[in-house]
Amino acid sequence: MADKTKNKKVQSDEKLKGLVIGHDAHAFIESITKIDNGDTDKDYRANSLFRLTMRRIVRQRSAVIGGSILLFLILVAIFAPVIAPFDPNFVLIGHEDIKRRTDPCIHLLGCPEDQPQHILGTDGNVRDVFSRVIFGTRVSLMIGFTTVGFAIIIGTLLGALGGFLGGWVDNIIMRVMDVLLAFPSLLLAIAIVAVLGHGLQNALLAIAIVAIPVYARVVRASVLSVKEQEFVSASRALGGSSAHVLFRRVLPNAVPPLIVQGTLGIATAILDAAALSFLGLGAQPPTAEWGTMLGSERNQIFTAPHLVFFPGLAIMITVLAFNLLGDGLRDAIDPRLKQ
Amino acid sequence: MTQYAIRRILYSIPVIFGILLVTFVMARAIPGDPCKAMLGEKASAEVCERFTREHGLDKPIPVQFGVYMKNIFSGDFGDSIRFSRPVTTILLERLPTTIELGLIALFLAVLVGIPAGVIAAVRRNTAADVGVMIAANTGVSMPVYWLGLLLAYVFALLLKDTPFWLPPSGRISAGVTAIPFYEVFQWAVVEGTAKYTFLEFFANMYILNSIISGDWEVLSDVIKHLILPAVALSTIPLAIIARMTRSSMLEVLRQDYIRTARAKGLFERFVILKHALRNALLPVITIIGLQVGTLFAGAVLTETIFGFAGVGRMLFEAITARDFPIVQGFTIVIAVGYVAVNLLVDLSYVFIDPRIRLD
Repeated sequence: MADKTKNKKVQSDEKLKGLVIGHDAHAFIESITKIDNGDTDKDYRANSLFRLTMRRIVRQRSAVIGGSILLFLILVAIFAPVIAPFDPNFVLIGHEDIKRRTDPCIHLLGCPEDQPQHILGTDGNVRDVFSRVIFGTRVSLMIGFTTVGFAIIIGTLLGALGGFLGGWVDNIIMRVMDVLLAFPSLLLAIAIVAVLGHGLQNALLAIAIVAIPVYARVVRASVLSVKEQEFVSASRALGGSSAHVLFRRVLPNAVPPLIVQGTLGIATAILDAAALSFLGLGAQPPTAEWGTMLGSERNQIFTAPHLVFFPGLAIMITVLAFNLLGDGLRDAIDPRLKQ
Repeated sequence: MTQYAIRRILYSIPVIFGILLVTFVMARAIPGDPCKAMLGEKASAEVCERFTREHGLDKPIPVQFGVYMKNIFSGDFGDSIRFSRPVTTILLERLPTTIELGLIALFLAVLVGIPAGVIAAVRRNTAADVGVMIAANTGVSMPVYWLGLLLAYVFALLLKDTPFWLPPSGRISAGVTAIPFYEVFQWAVVEGTAKYTFLEFFANMYILNSIISGDWEVLSDVIKHLILPAVALSTIPLAIIARMTRSSMLEVLRQDYIRTARAKGLFERFVILKHALRNALLPVITIIGLQVGTLFAGAVLTETIFGFAGVGRMLFEAITARDFPIVQGFTIVIAVGYVAVNLLVDLSYVFIDPRIRLD
């Protein structure tokens, strides 16, 4: 009799417990999906993290616009030889009856048929500007991705070491980063190029170096924020090595802010690299780089403005694409900022 | 509070030490023989030996660093190779131009950026907001030098023979001279003295000079020359300030005390300007401090385009001519100035926002 009552009590206890747990778990899952979704999507089981993130990104208008422009630019870069009518460094003298620095000529828009068609005109060396602008996309995207890639790798390493180890290692690393941040970034890049010598490679190195502190700080901050959490302690308790804990448990948390910061960083890198090239410190002629094209023809602004206008427009569109995408990603990935 | 100020000032000492160390290392990292790098490839062995001895380059590196620090703290940045004149003198000649240009640009950026941000936040999701945000996003993505060249094309060529014409280069028209105010007032100052250098520094800011001496013709000429470079230089800071003001305002407008203020029946304008904006401005002030760096870097490009004989153009020319003492000296001064401005911004918080707990 007593046993029966006891059993009954246990049963009801378990029932109650199950109910409570069930309720909690349900509320918990719902709260997660609420944060992730931004709405009350009931069908949370069908949502993978990737899909949720993608859905949030697609809701950001600026991310969609920026992403579309970027996709277009990547296609232009890949198919540059197909799109461009000429090789970017092909000199048209002897090939066509055309003078240097001719205005844009599009037959469809009423340019005389007997004049060879160059939709963005020709430059001071009688080269097709349109072809050069198209091929310039390759150079600029390459600059953006390589410099930021390099800066992220070094920055992550330094930030992770500092945040994870703490103590004097952290102190030294972060003080060095502080010093790098104490310089206006473009000026430091200019000074580094002045020391290393002119040229695209040195310009890329300089731009990458000045970008490192940003990523080191981002990574360090996210390492510090998760270092003491239970899942990290659990991983340690299960016998995970330091490297395992760092790379598999801690660092993945730094990926979203790195993606956002990296996208915005590419915009800055492209802008700064173009500025260095404009000053003659970066890519050297005859490389079809937008900044170089602008720089070498800047004295022609009053006689042949198209030589200045189109490369600059190309820089602006590319930088704008990364800025919009970065802003959109930040709003999508960081729900705290969502308004 | 005093404790915070002292700690904050002490904290910037290692940063400044780091700046000096970095510039020292960079000067030593110039590939090849420093003598050949400084004096040119054709420098003979004898000349090089004397150069090495005179500059103490035969001494151990720590000793060299000590001498370097000592020189810098006594205001000696060495001599320019190209001009054979002290870098400090050249810097003092060039700095007023850049400070004037930078201040006007910053003034424009604040004057337009903050109201634009406030309007965008208050009229959120309307055409005004979208317009401001598109303009701001385009602004931060624009190469300064490109905008400068386009402005020159439009205002100096297309609008020629209209009242809107603006000169494409230089600080002042040929034939117009800005007479230093101390000469106008016939002050007795001897050339070469500290007082002269001090007065000359301010007289070199043409706008300030012509206001002090009351020369309105020169003032209008100088302002005409300044408009285009200042507008070009202000674009990026303006866009950044507008975006920051907008997001900071949106944050503040959601707070309870704003609802309380509205519930009290205060005029909307009063709520926005007195209650919201004052608190929203804090992060904006930090951003403005950081823009000083953007302005210095932008000055290199803007001054090069508009033919302004300022620090930025000098730095660019020095790099092209491999005049390393100038590059080094200018870099140090700009970086230390940048650190100092941001230190002042941090310290000003104490006065702007008494709520801030500083520890």
